[in-house]
Parts: sequence; C-alpha cells; structure tokens
Amino acid sequence: MLLFPLVFLLAGCDWVVLRPSGDIAMQQRDLIVVSTILMLLIVLPVMALTALFAWRYRQSNKEANYDPEWHHSTQLELVIWSAPLLIIIALGAVTWIATHTLDPFRPLDRIDAQRPVQADVKPLKVQVVAMDWKWLFIYPDYGIASVNEMAAPVDVPIEFSITASTVMNSFFIPALAGQIYAMPAMETKLHAVINKAGDYEGFSANYSGHGFSHMRFRFAGMSGADFDGWVAKVREAKDPLNREEYQRLDQPSERVPVRHYGSIMAGLFDAVVNLCVDPNKMCMRDMMAIDARGGLGMAGVYNVSRLAYDRPRSQVSRAQAEAFVLSLCQVGPEVMLSAAADAPMYGLLR
Amino acid sequence: MQERSELMQTLFGRLTLEAIPYHEPILIWTFVATAILGMSLLAYITRKRAWGTLWNDWFCSIDHKKIGVMYMILGIVMLLRGFADAIMMRAQQAFAFGDSMGYLPPHHYDQIFTAHGVIMIFFVAMPFVTGLMNYVVPLQIGARDVAFPFLNNFSFWMTTAGAILVMMSLFVGEFAQTGWLAYPPLSGIDYSPSVGVDYYIWALQIAGVGTLLSGVNLLVTIVKMRAPGMTLMKMPVFTWTALCTNVLIVAAFPVLTAVLGLLSLDRYVGTNFFTNDFGGNAMMYVNLIWIWGHPEVYILILPLFGVFSEVVSTFSGKRLFGYTSMVYATVVITILSYLVWLHHFFTMGSGASVNSFFGITTMIISIPTGAKMFNWLFTMYRGRIKFDVPMLWTMGFMFTFVIGGMTGVLLAVPPADFVLHNSLFLIAHFHNVIIGGVVFGVFAGINYWFPKVAGFKLDEYWGKVSFWFWLVGFWVAFAPLYVLGLMGVTRRVSHFEDMSLQIWFQIAAVGAVLIGIGILAFLVQIFVSIRRRESLRDETGDPWNGRTLEWATSSPPPAYNFAFTPRVHDQDAWYDMKRRGHQRPTSGFVDIHMPKNTAAGIVLAGISMLCGFALIWHIWWLAAASFFGLIAATIIHTFNYDRDYHIHADEVTSVEDQRTRQLAAQQG
Amino acid sequence: MSAHTADTTFPPDSFYDTGEHHPQNGTMLGFWLYLMSDCLIFAVLFAMYGVVGANYAAGPGPKDLFDLGLVAVNTAMLLLSSITYGFAMLEMARGRQNAVLGWLAITGLFGLAFVGLEIYEFAHLIHEGAGPQRSAFLSAFFALVGTHGLHVSFGIVWLVVLMIQVRKMGLTEPNRRRLACLSLFWHFLDVIWIGVFTFVYLMGVLR
Repeated sequence: MLLFPLVFLLAGCDWVVLRPSGDIAMQQRDLIVVSTILMLLIVLPVMALTALFAWRYRQSNKEANYDPEWHHSTQLELVIWSAPLLIIIALGAVTWIATHTLDPFRPLDRIDAQRPVQADVKPLKVQVVAMDWKWLFIYPDYGIASVNEMAAPVDVPIEFSITASTVMNSFFIPALAGQIYAMPAMETKLHAVINKAGDYEGFSANYSGHGFSHMRFRFAGMSGADFDGWVAKVREAKDPLNREEYQRLDQPSERVPVRHYGSIMAGLFDAVVNLCVDPNKMCMRDMMAIDARGGLGMAGVYNVSRLAYDRPRSQVSRAQAEAFVLSLCQVGPEVMLSAAADAPMYGLLR
Repeated sequence: MQERSELMQTLFGRLTLEAIPYHEPILIWTFVATAILGMSLLAYITRKRAWGTLWNDWFCSIDHKKIGVMYMILGIVMLLRGFADAIMMRAQQAFAFGDSMGYLPPHHYDQIFTAHGVIMIFFVAMPFVTGLMNYVVPLQIGARDVAFPFLNNFSFWMTTAGAILVMMSLFVGEFAQTGWLAYPPLSGIDYSPSVGVDYYIWALQIAGVGTLLSGVNLLVTIVKMRAPGMTLMKMPVFTWTALCTNVLIVAAFPVLTAVLGLLSLDRYVGTNFFTNDFGGNAMMYVNLIWIWGHPEVYILILPLFGVFSEVVSTFSGKRLFGYTSMVYATVVITILSYLVWLHHFFTMGSGASVNSFFGITTMIISIPTGAKMFNWLFTMYRGRIKFDVPMLWTMGFMFTFVIGGMTGVLLAVPPADFVLHNSLFLIAHFHNVIIGGVVFGVFAGINYWFPKVAGFKLDEYWGKVSFWFWLVGFWVAFAPLYVLGLMGVTRRVSHFEDMSLQIWFQIAAVGAVLIGIGILAFLVQIFVSIRRRESLRDETGDPWNGRTLEWATSSPPPAYNFAFTPRVHDQDAWYDMKRRGHQRPTSGFVDIHMPKNTAAGIVLAGISMLCGFALIWHIWWLAAASFFGLIAATIIHTFNYDRDYHIHADEVTSVEDQRTRQLAAQQG
Repeated sequence: MSAHTADTTFPPDSFYDTGEHHPQNGTMLGFWLYLMSDCLIFAVLFAMYGVVGANYAAGPGPKDLFDLGLVAVNTAMLLLSSITYGFAMLEMARGRQNAVLGWLAITGLFGLAFVGLEIYEFAHLIHEGAGPQRSAFLSAFFALVGTHGLHVSFGIVWLVVLMIQVRKMGLTEPNRRRLACLSLFWHFLDVIWIGVFTFVYLMGVLR
C-alpha cells in the first residue's frame, strides 16, 4: 500500500499496458481503468469502514455502543447483497459488450477513436509461427518472411494468423493489442492496428521451455513508405524459405538473430498448421476429412511410419522413435510464392 | 557415457549415478545442510529415547488431533522449502539483467518455479487447511473423532509420501520444468523426456489419494457425527466452510486424478490424448486441469473464511453478523466455483460469447464474497474488539484481500485479461489472494487454536513481529509485481534485457526477505512460547472467551475429546452453555469406545511411495513388486477385525477429576 | 432473542448427553461418496472419449473394430453377475452363509468371464495393430474400457477376499457392511458399463 505513491514518482518507466500505441490495446487500457473505478466504488468504502470500525469499537474505547447480541438486520443484508450485485451488473454489461467488440477474431471497424477503417484499405496479412524459441513472420501477400522481426505500417489494420510448431506459446505485443495463444496444429486470429511509428517489443507470454526467456522480437510500426522500403529490403534477401529450410529453422535454438527470407514456399503456413511441412506426413486437414468419413479401415493401421528422430531439445538422448501418419498422396513440387500483383503498397496511402 | 549393461538397466531403470546432481554446488550445499539438520534431529530423538513415543503415539496415531498437528508440521516444513524456492527466484530476477545471467541457468530456474507452485499449493496450503479442519471440526461438532480414523492416518501419510517424492527430486534426478500445471505438449514425453514430469505426476497422484480420502472422511464426519441438537443451521461457520470445502474436494480431485492419469498414459504407454499428432487434443488437458484447478482455489480459501468468521466473532465479543447469509454465501461460492474454470485461459480463443459467459460467472462469485466481507465488517460493528494476534491477522486479511479480489475481478474481464494474462500482474493477484487470504488465515488459525492444541498460548510479541513483517513484506514484494505487470512483463522469465525494470525486481526481492523474517519470527514465536509455556499456560480450556464447542473441553483435550457428548441448543453452543450457567458433569462417567492405533497407514503409504519412485525411474520389477505388495498389504489389513478398545470409566473419571481440580484452582 | 425465555425449558444438566452417544454409522455414506468421486473419473474418461472419439488419425474406426456380438455376450456376463450378487445379498439378509458364498462364487465367475472376454478383445485389437497408440480414438477407448475392466478386476479380488472373510468369521456385522459396500461397487460398475456399451459400442457401430 505504501508503495503506490512511490509508483507515481517513478512514472518515467514504460507503463506500456497503460500507455499503448495501438487502438485495440488502448481500448483494453480504457476497460481496465473503467473496471477499476467501478470496483473502487465499493472497495474504498469497505476499507474505510473496516478501519473506522476497528478503531471505534476497539476494546479500550468504553464510549462505543456494545451490543453482543446484535447480529441481524434485514435492511443491512439487503444493502450488502445488492450493492455488489449492482456493481457486477454494470461491470457484467461492460464485459459482455467489450468482449464482443474486442474479440481478437473480429475484423477491425476503426483505426482509432476518431477514424473508421476505410473501405479501400486492404488489411496487412501476417502469418505468425511460434517456434522453439523464435518467431517466424510470413507476409503471404509479399512472398517474404522474417525471423524475430516484424514490421507493419501505421494506421493499417493487421490480420494475424497465429500458430506454433511444437508447444503452446502466447503471441503478445503489449503496445499493439492483447495476447492470444499460439498452439500447434491450430490457428488463432488477431486483428489489431498500430497508431504510432516506433519500435516495440513482442514476446511469448506463455512459458514454452528452456529458451523461453529470450523468445523476443522487434515489432516496428512504420510509415507506409518506410514499410514499403522494409518489404523491398527483405525481398532482397537471397535465402528462400522452403520445406527444407523451414525444418532446419524449426530445430530448437535460442537468441536467434533477425533473419530475412526473400522468397517463400507457397502454402507454407498452411502446411505448418496442418503439421505436414515434412512431405511424408499426412496433413491434418486430410486426416480430418478421412476421419469424417469413418477412417481408413483396418488398412489404416499400417499407414504409420517410424522415424528415428532425435530431438536436440531432449535433455536425455532418446533413441525412441517418433511416429506419424504417412501421407497418402504424392505432394506436388514446391512452388515458390511470388508477390501477389495486388499486394498493397502502403506508401501511397494517405 | 557408454551403454549400460542390460542387467543394470533392468535393476535400476533410468536411475544412474548421473542422476545425483553432484556437479551443482547449490544443490550439494542444500543437501549437506539438509543432511546435517536431519542427522541432528535424528540424534536428538535418539538421545531423548523418543522413537517409541514418536512411532506409537504419533506416526501410528489415529487421533484426529495428533494427525491435525502432524499436517500442520508438514505444512510448516514444506513452507520452508517453498519459500527457499521463492527467495531463489526473487534473487535470480533481481540480478539477471543485461550481461549478468544471474546464478541460475534456465534448466534450474524452470524447475524452481514449477516446484514453488506445486509445493505451495499441494504441500503447504493443502496440509495447513486439512490440518486445521482435522483438528478443529470434530471438536466443534462435539465428536470423539472423525468418521474413519484409520483412513485419516492413511490420508496424512499419503500426502506426506507425495511431499517426500517432491523433496527427493531435489537430490535424485530433477523436477518438472513445465510450470505448476504441466500443460502438454510441453509436459509430454517428446518435450519433457526426463524424470521431472514423472516426479510431478506421481507426487500429485499419491498425495491426491490422501486428499480425496480425507475429503470423504471429513464430509461423512460432518454429516453423520454432529452432537445431538446441532442442526445444519446451528453448525459453527468454520464447520460449514469445511463441509463445503470437502464437497469440493470430493467433486474436484477425481478430475485431477483422471487427467494426470491420461497424461501419464501419454508418457508411459504412448497414447495420444494430448499430443499434436494422431488426433490428440492438448486443449482438453487445459480444460480438465482447470476444472479441478479452479475449485481447488476455493478448497483452499473457504476454510480460512471460516477461520476469519470464528476469529472476528470471538474477538469482537459478539455473535457473527448474518450467519444465514454467511452460510448461503459459502454454498453459492461452492457451486459457482465449478462454472468459472475457463477464465484461466480466455486467451485460448474460445470466442466472445463463451469468454463473456465465464467472465461474468467469475464476477458473480465476487457478490457472495463481498457479502462475507460485509458480514465480518458488521460483526465488528458494536463489538468490543480485542486486537490479539489472531485478530491482527484477520485485519491484515481484510485490507489485503479486497485488493486481491478487485484485481481478480479485473482479470475476469476477458479483454483486460488479454493484456494482463500470464503477466506479473496475474502473479501479484493470486499471491494477493493466497497469501492475503490463505496464509494470513492459517496464521490466524494457528494463533487462535494453538492454546487448545498445546495447553498454552503463543507468545504475543513474536506473533506481532511475524505479522508485521509478513504484511509489510507482502506488499513490498508484490506491489512491484503489479507494476511490472502493467509494464507488460511476463511470468517465468529467468533473464531480462531491459535494465529499467531491475529496480522493481530489487524492491520485490527486499519484500521477499521481509517475508522471510516474518517466517523466522513465526518459528521464534513457537520456540519462545515453548520455553515460556508455564507463564502462557491456559488452565481454563477457554482462553479467548470462545463461542464454539472446542472451547468447552480442556486444553489440550483428552483423547476422547468430551467425556459426555454435548447437547446443542444454539448456534454458538459453548457461548450459550456459559451464558445459561451449565454445570460440567463430574460423575457418572461411562466407558468410551475408541479406535485403536495402527501402523497400516504409514506402511501402505510407504509402499505407495516406493511404487511411485519405481515408476518415475522405470524400475519395472520394483514397480510391479511394490504394486502387488500394496494390494497384499491392503488385504492383510482388512483381516484385522480388532480395531477398537474402550477407555474404562475409571480412567475417564480420573482424567475428569483432574480437570475438575484444575478448574477449581482457577476459581480459587 | 428468545433464548432468555428458554432458560427454564432447558435445565442445566440438559447440556450433555449422559449416556454413551453413538453417532450413526457413516460407512455407507462414505462409500457412496467414494463411488461418486469414482464416477467423476469415468465422467472425465467419457468426456475425453466424446471429444477425441472421432479422431481416428486416418486409421480404423469403431465400425472396423468392434464385434457387437462379443460385446453383447460380455454385457450379459456383467448384468448376470449383478443379478447373482443381488441373490447373495438376499441370502445375507436371511443369514444363510453357505448360500451367500455360493452366489458370490457364481458372481465372481461371471465377473471373470467378463474380464476374460475383455482381455481377449484388447489382445485381438492390439494384435491387429489397433493398439492405444494408433489414434486418439483408440487411446480414449482403451482408457475408458480398460479403466472399467480394472475396476471389475479389483472387484473380483475384493470379492474373493470377502468370501474368505465370510467363511472365517461368518456373517458378522463388519462383514455384512463390507458385503453391502461391494454390492454398491458392483452395481455401480454395471451402471458405468451400460454407459460404455451404449455410448462407445452401440453408437460407435450403429451410427
């Protein structure tokens, strides 16, 4: 309690949750403030009364009224149940509305408090893969990807598709918007917008193992022109991100420096979500379709391969083989993704 | 390392000399210190020739009072271990900035935060809560013992066996590096191949059996063994909260058992419940573990709400305000605690309607909780408040807990949770309610009931020292974490780059040291009180002018608790008896039927622990042998029909006569 | 408070029960509570099966694996064992020790037949390659049915122990109580099996 004044003395620090730079995080901040005020309406009186009663009815105060049998009052009971109830009704209404408007799966309808999203602005699509222990960002519209660095133009809606390659993580850029889990074989969404240019920090907010502490990346909010420049720079990178390179990248590593890929394989993110970057593995999508028709019958029993696969992540060397379901069909040759003709150029945006 | 021979593999499974962490100086020194302490304790017991007493009168005892005391001792011992973990984490985070990596590598740090959570919840808070209920509930309802005294002893030893397994992981192998709930796939065999998660699983499974059985036991005790006249609505509030807690235990712990069972199948048999491939579903684990986990927090806090109710009413010299609404509030919390589990993972992306449903049900819990808060408040109103140590803890609770409750409701708003989830704000919140509620309540309870247990009060001065260090230490340690959470700092991080955060972690470390002094002061308090026991002696059996039946008997109570079972006419039964001038019967005593002590509990729990150890290290022959040994021992135990005896009326008379003289000396 | 006026109605000695107070026996309630907690374990296994029960991982599904005829025989064994246990309890009420033992023996044999058929089914599935590792569906199936089977097996062990105890000590009070507990346990497993039979086998094959 005594520390709270001190807190304000040290306000020079970066209270990113309370001073975010993205509209979604800003609305979440407002919600925190509103809820806190609503609750203080009841918490403060309770604390004041506690102190008051404790003082007034102390044993040494013989002045105070002492009534050892007084233990019931219908009016008071009504008050003590209805006062919290009223607060919770108010807070519940706020919660219901805010949870729906700030649902990460819901596309944005505004850039900030004043500006709605313009119809002609295409959102920036970013596909995010949480890996052991780094972040991969794929820009499908531009055919580029980067590791541990992400850039986005200011005031443009960003549509994140998020997954993980091995274990659960949580994708969190506090300045931009709240977090959402990144889970293997699943895809979550986040819609957000950054309103101020600048360098921000992003990280995993869900413990994922040995290298978790340094699973951090730079999130750069840029002007449209700068962003176009960044895209052009990344595109110059020679390395292609194909199946082979992805599997290399997927090996556990820590404190990975920023890396750019000038070209990427078509459908890579889709393959990651479906756990079939390895072409021998059956895609989850196909597996689920087969399962929906009742499985493959007894023949399906033999459709499993064992691969000697010694994960470096294992602290004890393990000769145990990891099994997976074999792909049924021949996977076509890898096609590298070229930038879409209509890939948005945000530098022209006003 | 060369391949081990087949024979060694068969004999010792995965267990090798490598498993002993002799290359880690911290652990070696811990081991040396523990060994010296342990050896000197053993030597002391031997010198005092106390082994026989210890074994016969304590380890094999099925007296609920002695088992309650043993639970409390287990809780205190494990509190020291859990706190050692805490202070190591605080130290690491205070130093590990920029170029300094601190003194703990992630491999070690990750074990520490996992162990801290597991120990504090399962082996500190649970034994404390179970211990208080075990000791107090039968006395409060005027019973001779619990419904199943042998099971009670067995439950205690199972809990202890789990605790020993966790402690063993410190020196043999390692503990889990997964966080205290061990979410798969991280806790699956692919990502945690070593013994850590297995230690976690078997420690919790074995302790879980104990918890579940003790839940069944106390539930039956409360339902079936109340003194004549004590209807449900005349039960003391602590007994009510114990009833609700045990309902929650019986209805929640099987889920933990089942979900950990499935995780162990994944790890041992290669099934695919929570794997990524083969149609497994890791989200199911997260849901199931929280279906246990959320009721668990109410299992911990409800009995302490009961303690605060007893303390407030006793030290205000007044009936509890709103007994009925207190009872209903407890029942409502019990039911609602099953409808909120999803608020622990709003960020999994369940969709807006699901999230808001669980957010709002969570907020609704704050209504009965708020009502309770008001009830305590108005109990103080028009009272004569004595600020003895138990009341101080209660006041500390009332101020601390409302803040924790408030931040909790804040976290129940899903979009707010999106920015605060997994942050240090969350850590500060649950420590705020667990320390501010459970721990403060346990200390209030210990200070309140200690004279009943030991026959003398705890030293007041050291009690106050302990209280103030805890209270101030708590806020110094956790207010910075609230701040850091608002700066977007997340939990379970062992090294930081941003130097501007360091000051906050250093303040928090100071707070942890203050809490450490508080714990130390508590130990000093017990030590000093034992030294000064003659001057602190309670001859009356009722040192606080209490209101419930546990104060109607002597301190400490005789083995049979009450020579004659009390008849209850009013809520505060003892207060009612005192007010209307009851006469304590001094003659006409009859034989009392009592259960016999047995070593079966400690033997069965020991074999279970051995079985757990064998399973952890894949020593299959030992696992099979101990498993069948367990079954055989259980069967042999069922052939023992000679389980009770009678305390003769003469013996009862002599004990009661002594009490009569003691009371007469008081008045004279 | 009306308590002041009540002073006269309660003389001072009415505060104690001067005889030896015998609280009601709580064993049956305790055992019920245990059964309900066990029921929750099955609830979790059912829920698991409900969630991943259609995830065949491109392997065999229930239609390929389950032999309803065999399961029908199996079910009959268990249901019959419940009836025979009922007869044992009736005989216990009449106090006829040998008849109790006889019916218990028959119950145990039915139980053994049930467990035997289940082990055969499992062995067959594993032999065919449809072991619990093949898919989440099979994992959940083996866990649910296997847990039930384990319960029945322990029930049989308990039954044998009780038979010995009844032979040795007769139908004493503790033995009657134990027989009643095992009876609850046995019928409880029957109820669970009806859920397994319907939910896993019938709905799996006929859907």
